[in-house]
Amino acid sequence: MASAGCMPAILLCRRPEASFSAALRERFRVLDFLASGEPLPTFLAAAAAAPEPPRAAVVTGGCSVRVDAWFLDAAPSIRCVVSTGAGVDHIDLAECARRGVAVGNSGDVYSTDVADYAVGLLLDVLRQLSAAGRYVRRGSWPVQGDYPLGSKLGGKRVGIIGLGNIGSRVAKRLEAFGCVIQYNSRKPKDSVPYKYFPNVHDLAVESDMLIVACALNKETRHIVNKNVLEALGKSGVIVNIGRGSNIDEEELVLALKEGKIAGAGLDVFEHEPKVPAELFSMDNVVLSRHIAVFTKESRSDLHAHTIGNLEAFFSGQPLLSPVQADSVVQ
Amino acid sequence: MESLGVLLLHPMNAYLEQELDRRFRLIRLWDAPPGADARAAFLRANAAAIRAVVGNAGYNADAALIDALPALEIVASFSVGIDRVDLAKCRDRGIRVTNTPDVLTDDVADLAVGLAIAALRKIPQADRYVRAGLWKAKGDYTLTTRFSGKRVAILGLGRIGLAVAKRAEAFDCSISYHSRSQKPFPNYRFFTNVVDLAANCDVLIVACLLNAETHHIVSREVIHALGPEGVLINIGRGAHVDEPELVSALLEKRLGAAGLDVFEHEPFPPEQLLGLDNVVLVPHVGSDTEETCKAMADLVLQNLEAHALNKPLLTPVI
Repeated sequence: MASAGCMPAILLCRRPEASFSAALRERFRVLDFLASGEPLPTFLAAAAAAPEPPRAAVVTGGCSVRVDAWFLDAAPSIRCVVSTGAGVDHIDLAECARRGVAVGNSGDVYSTDVADYAVGLLLDVLRQLSAAGRYVRRGSWPVQGDYPLGSKLGGKRVGIIGLGNIGSRVAKRLEAFGCVIQYNSRKPKDSVPYKYFPNVHDLAVESDMLIVACALNKETRHIVNKNVLEALGKSGVIVNIGRGSNIDEEELVLALKEGKIAGAGLDVFEHEPKVPAELFSMDNVVLSRHIAVFTKESRSDLHAHTIGNLEAFFSGQPLLSPVQADSVVQ
Repeated sequence: MESLGVLLLHPMNAYLEQELDRRFRLIRLWDAPPGADARAAFLRANAAAIRAVVGNAGYNADAALIDALPALEIVASFSVGIDRVDLAKCRDRGIRVTNTPDVLTDDVADLAVGLAIAALRKIPQADRYVRAGLWKAKGDYTLTTRFSGKRVAILGLGRIGLAVAKRAEAFDCSISYHSRSQKPFPNYRFFTNVVDLAANCDVLIVACLLNAETHHIVSREVIHALGPEGVLINIGRGAHVDEPELVSALLEKRLGAAGLDVFEHEPFPPEQLLGLDNVVLVPHVGSDTEETCKAMADLVLQNLEAHALNKPLLTPVI
């Protein structure tokens, strides 16, 4: 454990909020890449040449720093990489494993808020909160009368794609609404009472709605494709709080245009911030801008958790939320 | 068998109307020519035949209508709330009244929670933002506040209130409530005073019935106690809330947010709310799903048939 006069150095490769920055600097010597204004090779070379080079790095997905063989060669003192996101597609897990570099992610800090958002999107689609809200705001209620009927949630079969930290929380919440929960995951989970489907197509056949709650990797790219959408059917609804590319977006738009499915709630898209223009005129679609994680509470939980991962590493303990090379993380 | 003459007060459900027409002798009040005199004449002309009235949340058997229908025997409401039925007059006249409890409990509770999440996480607002073409850069967001774990307070712990509590518990919310009397739920904190209830919660959900005691139960004081971080969800009746006070509190951000399914003067929600981002507005859709409306309609029809055959009513209020 580092003493007060000898705080361990860390590389910081993402823009921090003021409170997070302050909390980090209370515990570590922070080498801030974005603040340095230098190109990455220069910054890493300087860090590596310092008398006490940094042994840990804080990174995030969606910023320009990829933790790959080149990065690890340029920063050989790094023995631990902590990502502030759940996804680690910006980190070469195999390369880190080969070099014995520990990788940590945000663990569970986002799971609750994303699960809440999934339920919120689903209720919005079924009960038309956004669409009926537009109806009221443009003054149509007195003129056109009652809004068309929505769809009941209770008793419906919900197919969850990916029963990890997020999917399992979605399941728990929707059970209280009287939904029947079933799922697809890489492997069945013996500890849960829900029906397992070994493939997403069969799950869709027997579900009234699908919730996409899995990570994005080679196996799950376009895991919801044309066949799955057809299997979901004319009264089926899909909610995506995973990654845009979990769904074949072109096929999704087509299915919605042709009435092959009944509606969708989408927080993510294949080419953010581009949203297919055809969706803007659809009342049976709820559009969101990749904000399922963003609450004050998850932000402060994230800061505490990231510091927790770093402190565990520096005191020789296992990380709070280690990522294995072959794992699929939420 | 002489067919039961049924007066339907307002278009409310196509299936219900079609079945009333098929099974009974249906008279549509909106077939009357416009104007109070023409309507009074219409009622006089049909009064002898009208033995039943079908109303709903917005249009129901008030004193004037009951007085105009001397042959009235039963009011079957296509709603669970019957605040617009003059119950005292029905009692005096021996008129039976039925409503549609239970079949709509789930939908209304679902809507309450849906409105709460929508208000706290600003989902319709995000939808408006994207549809307006404003999402131009990745990482464009504002922080909202988590729904899970919030302190949820429920006004009225009847069927709907309990269903709301059960759902909120799945989000690890703590539950408190105010009711006419304490209920046997030791995990839910009971408050005798609505202001105290509001002061000790994050989200206040109105789920009680409307009567003289609960008119404007969400008063200026209660709204103040709820505060600038507080959220009000109304799935009861517009008249539960002092609407002008609510509007100014939202405009001045003395109340954090609201999710409203009901208004004092439907279908006219307050103009000033229509442009606000901290309010979620829906047009009285509490039980408006295909499944539930059919179940409600069937209950109305079954109550009327039971009455016509002198059998026990299924869901009588009186």
